[in-house]
Amino acid sequence: MKILIIGGGMGGTILANNLARRLSTELKSGKAKITMLTASEKHMYQPGLLYLAFGRVTPDELYKDQATLLEPGVTLVVDPAEEFLLDQNRVKTKGGKTFDYDVLAIATGSRPVPELIPGLAENSETFYTEETAVKMFRALHAFQGGRVVIAVGVPHKCPMAPLEITFMLHDYFKDRGILDKVQLHYTYPIGRVHSLENVAKWAAPEFERQGITYETLFNVKEIDGKAKVVKSEEGTETPYDMLISIPAHRGMEVIEKNKLGAGGWIPTNRSKLNMEGRNNVFVLGDTTNIPISKAGSTAHFEAEALGENIAAMVKIGSPVREYDGKVFCFIEAGKDRATYAMFDYLNPPDPKPPTKAVHWFKMAYNKLYWSSARGLL
Amino acid sequence: MSEKRVVDARGSFCPGPLMELIGWMKMAQVGDELELLSTDKGSVSDVPEWVKKVGHEFLGAREESGVWHLTVKKAK
Repeated sequence: MKILIIGGGMGGTILANNLARRLSTELKSGKAKITMLTASEKHMYQPGLLYLAFGRVTPDELYKDQATLLEPGVTLVVDPAEEFLLDQNRVKTKGGKTFDYDVLAIATGSRPVPELIPGLAENSETFYTEETAVKMFRALHAFQGGRVVIAVGVPHKCPMAPLEITFMLHDYFKDRGILDKVQLHYTYPIGRVHSLENVAKWAAPEFERQGITYETLFNVKEIDGKAKVVKSEEGTETPYDMLISIPAHRGMEVIEKNKLGAGGWIPTNRSKLNMEGRNNVFVLGDTTNIPISKAGSTAHFEAEALGENIAAMVKIGSPVREYDGKVFCFIEAGKDRATYAMFDYLNPPDPKPPTKAVHWFKMAYNKLYWSSARGLL
Repeated sequence: MSEKRVVDARGSFCPGPLMELIGWMKMAQVGDELELLSTDKGSVSDVPEWVKKVGHEFLGAREESGVWHLTVKKAK
């Protein structure tokens, strides 16, 4: 059975390694073959960008060679998919190669699209790419005081990021001794400060305790860079001296170009993780249209379920389990305290008060990630 | 030509039904209708509140077997 994985991010990498271990005998005998197509020979630890924006890590700490993360049984091809011929079970690459498959897994991820909001890219700081995170660090370093506004687009990768960046900004300015010259103002698209009700119930009093003002039902419409004002879809506006953006995201262009899903999000069965209407095409990570968090942990847990299922398809001819919607997210509550939210389709999260122990566990996970990607954790 | 899209946000705690709806509304064209499926009863109040505040059109809500169907039309 030829298994083709598109994408070398967290979901694709964990899936490839999970499958390689489960199918070690079949790989040796030639009964199974695993091939990964990816756009880059480097693998980035994306959650590290949050720390890069504060100068707490440097860019080189966020990367490893993709080849070093994969089990020996996985064939890595650094040549991104360009054309999906699903009726022929075939994918063509940008470099002109053709790959046939029996089972296809698509994990191409998502990308920030600040350009969809007039004025946003040129007037805000953000941390969703290496380049913008370094730029944000420089802007923060030079900032001497004023009104800092956090603006949030929908949907966005890492739903905890708006809260985390706000709490970390508070502690950053406090450490620099200029907190009394800074007004932090948080905005959020719905009628509370976070989509998770229990997280919002915890975060709102934390904001008030720390002197952070907030405004809900605020969806960014446009930025007036000359007047330094953010305007919302709801008809309100708020001034800023520094604008921090959590930009809206879309799926990758190759998904839209191949008409696999509007916005680059592929219609996906929430339990079986197959592309709607296709029994041999699976989707994981940010690429799905499933209404759960676009986060590394989502991709991780989906990859584990899919690894078990695709291996079972090779061994007994059918999948054996369903994905239950499990997500686990750390929440940095400042520079040295953190909590977490864990939930699935049926059970909401119940976050506990932040502790230093959870923060240090997150710091450890920043290093343990590479073991996670290798499928060891 | 306007379209009708179903946004299935059943069992969504994060990003949640309203955030799902907002994301798809941004991609919709003026005149398109979106039917949001939600198992969160709070959607019955927070969806019309947001729709009214932004200036879209709320076409109604009905409940079937514990699932709320809320229909919205993009008006601008």
